[in-house]
Amino acid sequence: MSLLEVKNLNISYPTRKETIIASKDVEFTLERGEILGIVGESGSGKSTIANAIINLIDPPGEITNGSIKIDNSELRDNEEIVQKIRGKKIGFVFQDPQTSLNPLFKIKDQLIETIQTHLDLSYQDALTKSINLLKEVGIDNAEKRIEDYPHQFSGGMRQRVVIALAISCEPDLIIADEPTTALDVSIQYQILELLKDLTKKRNLGVIIITHDMGVIAETTNKVIVMRHGLIVEQGDTKELLTNPKSNEARSLVISVPPTNKKIDRFKLISPDGKEITSDSKNLTKNIIKTWGKRENTNQKLLEMIDVTKIFDDKSLANNFSFGSKNDSTDQAVRAVDNVSFELFEGETLGLVGESGSGKSTIAKIITGLVRPSNGEILYSNASLYNSRKKYQIDKSRGQIQMIFQDPYSSLNPRFKVRNIISEPIKLFQKNLSSNELTQSVYDLIDIVGMTRQSLDRYPHEFSGGQRQRISIARALATKPLLLICDEPTSALDVSIQAQILNLLKDIQDELHLTMLFISHDLPVIRQMCNRIVVLKNGSVCETKETEELFNNSEHPYTQELIRLMPKIESIV
Amino acid sequence: MFGYFLKRLLQAILVMVVVAFVSFSLFNFVGDPIISMTGEDSSIERQAEVREAIGLNDPVYIQFSRFLGNVIQGDFGISYQLKREVSDLISERMPATLELVFVSALLAIVVGVILGVYTGIHRDSFVSNIILVVSLAGVSLPTFIIGIMLIYLFSVILGVLPSFGRGEVIDLGFWSTGFLTISGLKALILPSVTLSLFQMTYVIRLVRAEMMEILQTDYIKFAKARGIKRNTINYKHALKNGLIPVITITGINIGTLIAFSIITETVFQWPGMGLLFINAVYFVDIPIMSAYMIMVAFIFVMINFIVDITYYFIDPRIRIKDEMS
Amino acid sequence: MLLKTFNKIYDTDVGYSFFNSKIAIVSSTILFIIFLCSAFAGIVAPYNPFDPATVSLMDAFTPPAWSEGGNPSFILGTDQQGRDMFSTMVYGSRISLIVGFASIIFAMLLGVFLGVTAGYIGGRYEIVVMRFTDVQLTIPSILMALLVNGIAKSVISQSMHSEMAIYVLIFAIGISEWPQFARVSRASTLVEKSKEYVSASRIIGLSNILIMFKHILPNILRPILVIATIGLALAIITESTLSFLGVGVPPTTPSLGTLIRFGNSFLFSGEWWITFFPAIFLILLALSINLLGDWMRDALNPKLKIR
Repeated sequence: MSLLEVKNLNISYPTRKETIIASKDVEFTLERGEILGIVGESGSGKSTIANAIINLIDPPGEITNGSIKIDNSELRDNEEIVQKIRGKKIGFVFQDPQTSLNPLFKIKDQLIETIQTHLDLSYQDALTKSINLLKEVGIDNAEKRIEDYPHQFSGGMRQRVVIALAISCEPDLIIADEPTTALDVSIQYQILELLKDLTKKRNLGVIIITHDMGVIAETTNKVIVMRHGLIVEQGDTKELLTNPKSNEARSLVISVPPTNKKIDRFKLISPDGKEITSDSKNLTKNIIKTWGKRENTNQKLLEMIDVTKIFDDKSLANNFSFGSKNDSTDQAVRAVDNVSFELFEGETLGLVGESGSGKSTIAKIITGLVRPSNGEILYSNASLYNSRKKYQIDKSRGQIQMIFQDPYSSLNPRFKVRNIISEPIKLFQKNLSSNELTQSVYDLIDIVGMTRQSLDRYPHEFSGGQRQRISIARALATKPLLLICDEPTSALDVSIQAQILNLLKDIQDELHLTMLFISHDLPVIRQMCNRIVVLKNGSVCETKETEELFNNSEHPYTQELIRLMPKIESIV
Repeated sequence: MFGYFLKRLLQAILVMVVVAFVSFSLFNFVGDPIISMTGEDSSIERQAEVREAIGLNDPVYIQFSRFLGNVIQGDFGISYQLKREVSDLISERMPATLELVFVSALLAIVVGVILGVYTGIHRDSFVSNIILVVSLAGVSLPTFIIGIMLIYLFSVILGVLPSFGRGEVIDLGFWSTGFLTISGLKALILPSVTLSLFQMTYVIRLVRAEMMEILQTDYIKFAKARGIKRNTINYKHALKNGLIPVITITGINIGTLIAFSIITETVFQWPGMGLLFINAVYFVDIPIMSAYMIMVAFIFVMINFIVDITYYFIDPRIRIKDEMS
Repeated sequence: MLLKTFNKIYDTDVGYSFFNSKIAIVSSTILFIIFLCSAFAGIVAPYNPFDPATVSLMDAFTPPAWSEGGNPSFILGTDQQGRDMFSTMVYGSRISLIVGFASIIFAMLLGVFLGVTAGYIGGRYEIVVMRFTDVQLTIPSILMALLVNGIAKSVISQSMHSEMAIYVLIFAIGISEWPQFARVSRASTLVEKSKEYVSASRIIGLSNILIMFKHILPNILRPILVIATIGLALAIITESTLSFLGVGVPPTTPSLGTLIRFGNSFLFSGEWWITFFPAIFLILLALSINLLGDWMRDALNPKLKIR
């Protein structure tokens, strides 16, 4: 008898225009002591299954068919039993520890309440048990910290509290929905280790839902790959990752940036299963005509000299320290601390670091969105800030452009794509005829691999990857020399990430762009960059050639980052 | 903690000084106080005499500090129209208004919160929908129309409740109360219902929106996933979070009630400060207008101060933010 | 062609929600009729109540047509001066609507401008604007309007009073309502400002004016529209309240509130219709606007979108 048995599960969301199938004929089992990974891209229905097990599907979603059994008792649509089982037999861990705890109740109250709901314990016993639970999940000074409120804990610590709550009533099954997505690599590692540990010690069954193949490789025994509500493949983790049979699973595995080597372009799998390699050479021809030919001179394009940024606003400071340390008590936070580096024409420089490392602030300083407190930024040997610390946009003439992280907020939803792309062109080339303008817009939309029909649509009609392409087209509209990419793919699914990264490489090769590539994701950085700057808490740890850094890093922090990053290769 | 209080107190004092200055300028620069005091046909000499006597020839800052000093001592001057000390008029009228506002606030908040929580939790039930439709009608009914309707129904047609005045009041020396006589209590019913109805509907809608939003949050979902019972979630977890804005609402509420009592007092000829004020507006009786402004501002500031302090004790997030800085 | 446009509107989420909400359809129909009536008051109303030639004191206190002593030529009866109630109401609603719309537009222009600039520019400017807003928000709008009205009255000379009254009223109500707009548009601007399309516009080098009013403003129109609708109902109620208190529009051009004020004194003597009909009309007007606003708030709120 399996711990969990899901059979023929169908879930659908009826909407006004269509009924969305969130899960179709899903079947799997889970035994005690096993960690099952459910992996899939966004919209694949992986979270819906987790919610269905504890009967908490958001309306209007409903289970239309199938059965969910835990220790052979049926859970489906049986609110009475499920209510007893939630928290007791099944513990749940949500993605965002910042919002999962009630801000007005002490940790103590939330733990004791849960324990007393399910177990017949006195207040004192429940308190003792709560303290032991906090110790078990690795919270120091548990007797004292149990009196604290949730916001007095850092992100990683809060997730530990959430896990303590999930295991508080000795459950047999833990469902963790993207438990580490909101956390930094080093904390992600600790949380995953904790989950593995608990599984072994308490003989639990665990389901981890994630989009991260590295997490799957390092934690799970079994894996399910989902797409559009269907299980496309399931099996032993090692077997599936090394030898995926379905196109979807192959596409997922092949798109993951390798951590141990640098590849030229990502291979992509077309829907019919063929491998394709991108080729945008022809598309760029037109644009080169209008831009004029560029050549790499390898001259210094950008230089940061001892740049410091101090935020004296506390609210901002707390955001920055999220996840990396306990809520900071100093008033002023040095988001960027004496940072210096150089950027040469034609190269891609990577900025890597965890949250709070100041990497995004650096991008904002270079583009004039945030004023530095100190230091000098030279672009083609001219200072970007005047003596009164005011940004001199005419010094760069729009040649510094940026691609942002969130494709859903980086395009103005009220503008048609045509206007989004043409606005910067009009700003820089005031006396362009309307024909020339149309031609320029066509060139740009061609180069990013979108159809010309898309120009007359609004951003919300496109997927995340397509929007990111539009963003790239807009950034190219001012004929930039320097392109800053701030986490350009971290909001995208891996297969889309692979396409966008390929596109960026193609564009860079053809147009001889210089790139500053910002990411928290080491494997991605490795694939994209020639040189890398490692940042921690606002200051530079080390700067090295990419392969040199990955093979012989000197700084202990870099070494740790490289050691802790989830590696899909670890399974092989 | 002390710093927090001190900061709030300083803010409150600053607001009071600003209001006092506005009221002072109203006093000194609007219309001609001399003519208001001496009458249109007084002689030039007489006017100059009075001008000198009340110090209108002094520099502005001296006049203002004198004004402030007087105000602190409770001296607001003499009413142009009624020729009596404004402070006497106000202290005579204040109990009537405060009793009316107190009862209305109690009604509005208690009933409003209960119905708001109910409709927020049972969002699609039949009763909730009825409450909501009625509450929307309440928002659309101008206070004076409610008053007129109630008078017509209970005084004109049924003849059970008085349509104007406070009824019998008992004078406690510093305070005259209507709470202690039957006719006083009966007289209070219609005006307080009239005054509270609009605010009540407002409270219902705010609390409902707050509850609905909280019930969508992750921590409520997580509590459900831990198997916490539905009633515990609704009435412990959600309610505590949902009641936080009620404190602010209460503060604003009392302020608004004081303002709207002007209308209610007019409709019911209730002998309070509002009636005094509206008459002052008709006759451009500036001493009363400025005194009323200062009094009302003072009450507002006090309420806001109390609200801030209450927050400090109820919401741990504010407390900790304060302790850290 | 018309059908096609209809289908296109019906296909949008807001359009669908509108055509499936009885409340939204009924209230907007009522509003449409009221707007039409007051816009074409000269054609709709059987009499011109302000033309002394058509008004006769002989007709005073005629009850509604269906009750005893009624006169079929005055459907809803007449007031103390013999004016036809229906006609005075139609003209009165015109005054109420003009004051309501004008003051809410004034409040909106002022509030949105201050809110957007405060949210976008930030710094000391924002602090000052928001302090103002906060302080004024705690002052109830009716009190604010009364004070502004009172001050304006003492500044303007006696002879100008009735001429200026309507402008003073619009100013007083507008000034009492702008903080709502400022608060909402600042909050929405802050949300939009943190979005990356604004950063992108800044990096491209667009001017701040262009970013604020071409990029951000269209994205925050929804909440502003909701506030404006609810604010319109509030403005109309405030106007009628002020007129009822006798500090609103002059008696020569009565609004609905003035009519109720006149009628109130006759309530005890049994002439209920002089108060009753204007009151019902005012409630109907305010309720329809509020119902529409309420529907709008739900329909335009992406967070609450169900189905």
